Amino acid sequence: MHQVNIPIQNDVIRSLKVGDPVALSGVMLTGRDSVHKWMVETFIKNTRQPQGDDLEVYQAIKPLLDGGVIYHCGPVVAGLDTRQFRFVAAGPTTSIREEPYQGEVMKHFNVRGVIGKGGMGPKTLAACQEVPGAYLHAVGGAASLIAQTVTRVLGVYKLDFGVPEAMWVIEVKDFPVVVTMDAHGSSQHAVIEQQSKSVLEELLAQSY
Amino acid sequence: MQDLTEQILELIRLAATDLPPDVEAALRRSVEQEQPGSAARGALETIIKNVELSRANSTPICQDTGTPIFYVYYPEGWSTRKLRAQIETAVVQATQKAYLRPNSVDSLSGKNTGNNLGDSHFPTVHFEEVEGDTLTIDLMLKGGGCENVGAQYSLPNSQLGAGRDLAGVRKVVLDAVHKAQGKGCAPGILGVAIGGDRGSSYYASKETLFRQLEENNPNPELAALEERLTGESNQLGIGPMGFGGATTVLSTKITSLNRLPASFFVSISYMCWAYRRRRMTWADGKASYA
Repeated sequence: MHQVNIPIQNDVIRSLKVGDPVALSGVMLTGRDSVHKWMVETFIKNTRQPQGDDLEVYQAIKPLLDGGVIYHCGPVVAGLDTRQFRFVAAGPTTSIREEPYQGEVMKHFNVRGVIGKGGMGPKTLAACQEVPGAYLHAVGGAASLIAQTVTRVLGVYKLDFGVPEAMWVIEVKDFPVVVTMDAHGSSQHAVIEQQSKSVLEELLAQSY
Repeated sequence: MQDLTEQILELIRLAATDLPPDVEAALRRSVEQEQPGSAARGALETIIKNVELSRANSTPICQDTGTPIFYVYYPEGWSTRKLRAQIETAVVQATQKAYLRPNSVDSLSGKNTGNNLGDSHFPTVHFEEVEGDTLTIDLMLKGGGCENVGAQYSLPNSQLGAGRDLAGVRKVVLDAVHKAQGKGCAPGILGVAIGGDRGSSYYASKETLFRQLEENNPNPELAALEERLTGESNQLGIGPMGFGGATTVLSTKITSLNRLPASFFVSISYMCWAYRRRRMTWADGKASYA
């Protein structure tokens, strides 16, 4: 088990290889569909003018993401009425929906770790080599267990996106992941996709 | 008419936090199928720990508590209007208690309603009047990750060489499992419907997921195909979470419904391992749960 602290140093992220189990500790940000679209349109491609608290939030998240980690997660949060937030259930969501955005977000903010499930595609893999960064796979559905590694909820941005889509700033201790895409161009997802494809072709050629 | 709000709230709590015994048993068996020390086995062991923890703490097994899908079988004399209102109240309470995540989003504005209510489709409630005095409510919580990898095929499909017969059905189901990879939170459970129109076919594919895992299909031909599809899906080697491994699919359930001469749909609903379905039975003034 590799113990990795956030922010993640260059040499640390480069030392991680596909298949390595990792326990992450430090401060990370959740972000999924609305957040990625908002980041790319408002601050990277500039196709949308900043509105409301956009610029303020941008300034606040920049240092958190520098060498930091984005977690694809829409948590169940208790204490919404009192703002004494607590993560009750917090497993990963399917990452491939962020494939159009992720690489650019990683490069823009210097994001070194992306946590999610199901893996990502070639654009993100290329960004992992460039930044450098890694895709870290959490166990989908293991929500109660993962929530226990969230020691504190430090704050939330863009709660108007809704609880699942907001950016939650969380402190984690020994958050369990497996490296499935590394900074050296390897992707476990691409390997499994190809291997299963050849088995599928054999099966399809069989008679009923 | 009896107010069942409290009993329905318990049904939701149970569904969200306590995995059914047949599913847990299948997951425990699959741990033994994976190599010691492999990522696949690690994932399954994490899953089992999470199931135990969720049950002990009454916290959601998965943070995506999905679309709440209710099937209500009610005896003559019950008001479906009042039952729907009770279900909606229970859903709001379950959201406040953090058994459910606020999951209902306006598709045009992107606004989350915050309480899991929305239009007439959220939560989804189906009503059917039945004989006798017993009221039964089946609830399934189906998450978005697995819903997104569901698929519908119109046969014949020349790309896959799939014709309008069970041989064709087999091919498109295997294709769907391959396309899903680990994205639907494998190991999954396949609900397959053959026939119907596009809408009824998808509904039927979900309804098959209310069956128990060990329940045999009464149609021997479909029973054989179910078994074969589970085995062949596992040969694909996608494994838990798509890490590679022996367990890709835990079970397959197939049903058929009449179709138009022109149409031959095969609909596949993929259910994640967090297969949350529970039943409440109301008889003699008492609720029981399974």
